[in-house]
Amino acid sequence: MMSYVWGGMILLSVVFGSLGGKAELLSKTVMESAQNAVVMSFELLGMMCFWSGLLEIARRAELTEKLARLIRPLTKRIFPGLSPESPAMAAIVMNMTANFLGLSNAATPLGLVAMKELDKLNPDKGRATDEMCMFVVINTASISLLPTTLLTLRAAAGSEDPFGIILPVWICSVSALLVGVMAAKWMARKGRGRTR
Amino acid sequence: MTRTLSAVVIPLVMVIIIGYGLYRRVNIFDAFLAGGTAGMKSLFGILPTLVGLIVAISLFRASGALSFITHLLAPVTEALSIPAPLLPLGILRPISGSGSLALVNDIFKEMGPDSLVGRMASVIMGSTETTFYTLAVYYGAVSVEKSRHTVPAALLADATGFLAGVYLCTLIYGT
Repeated sequence: MMSYVWGGMILLSVVFGSLGGKAELLSKTVMESAQNAVVMSFELLGMMCFWSGLLEIARRAELTEKLARLIRPLTKRIFPGLSPESPAMAAIVMNMTANFLGLSNAATPLGLVAMKELDKLNPDKGRATDEMCMFVVINTASISLLPTTLLTLRAAAGSEDPFGIILPVWICSVSALLVGVMAAKWMARKGRGRTR
Repeated sequence: MTRTLSAVVIPLVMVIIIGYGLYRRVNIFDAFLAGGTAGMKSLFGILPTLVGLIVAISLFRASGALSFITHLLAPVTEALSIPAPLLPLGILRPISGSGSLALVNDIFKEMGPDSLVGRMASVIMGSTETTFYTLAVYYGAVSVEKSRHTVPAALLADATGFLAGVYLCTLIYGT
């Protein structure tokens, strides 16, 4: 997929640039932007290191488990079909907490465990259950306390107010999550009605 | 208000994590170093991806191909009052995380991170995810092929994040 997007972009650019007589500009752009990419990575490096370090402390201190207990009432409502004590529910809660803290390295393995547990409860293998759909939709929404990469990128680009966008980000991600969850609930109910 | 709230979030999170780590008697500096090393490795891991995508995006813009496409789609974006430079971001965001990061960086360089479009791009980037990547990884792990309503529901959420970002920023920062 990415091969076609990437290849298409480059080929199209060269065709467009040559037609517009910008061949020289293209060569210059390649050199400059490759260098820019490295500069950007180094600008992100410090914050990436610092934040990953802090998050590793949170993980070892089992802060995730602590927070997981707080969101349990919420997950009970989103996944009414799952027993609160089931291993699937435990993995789901931990995955959501890890995502919230921005621990993406921990969130993905936990999410895969949750999917495997949900699949054990799946009567029709190869076809997603309502719970699986809901869980994946939640994971494709981005609820995180601090979008650190974004904040660092803003600071590196010379923003005078890099943190200023946090509140709008929270509002928009919660709205997106709500719409996703409601759509998944509604579509699940509609889908069941059709098969009956 | 937004500004002060935002400013205290990072110090507060630091205090909570470090305080809780000490309280739980975790060797916090050890943990910090291990996490930092992992963070550094993951950034170097995506460096080639960033180079590849940033070069492609820069070429796309410099050659005039980008302005041609945004020009074609102008009637749609104008009807929804979406600034044209955000359109590529909306298309790429669900497909590629580092690709959209490169696009946001490009918008910052062109228009500045504190411009209206720069803020919109920030909010969109922060409130959406790489939907198709997540889908592939999670369903791939349990070899589920029929994802049923996952894609429409997830894309609806992405569209909400995108439009909410545009309109909320217009409301807060627009003149």
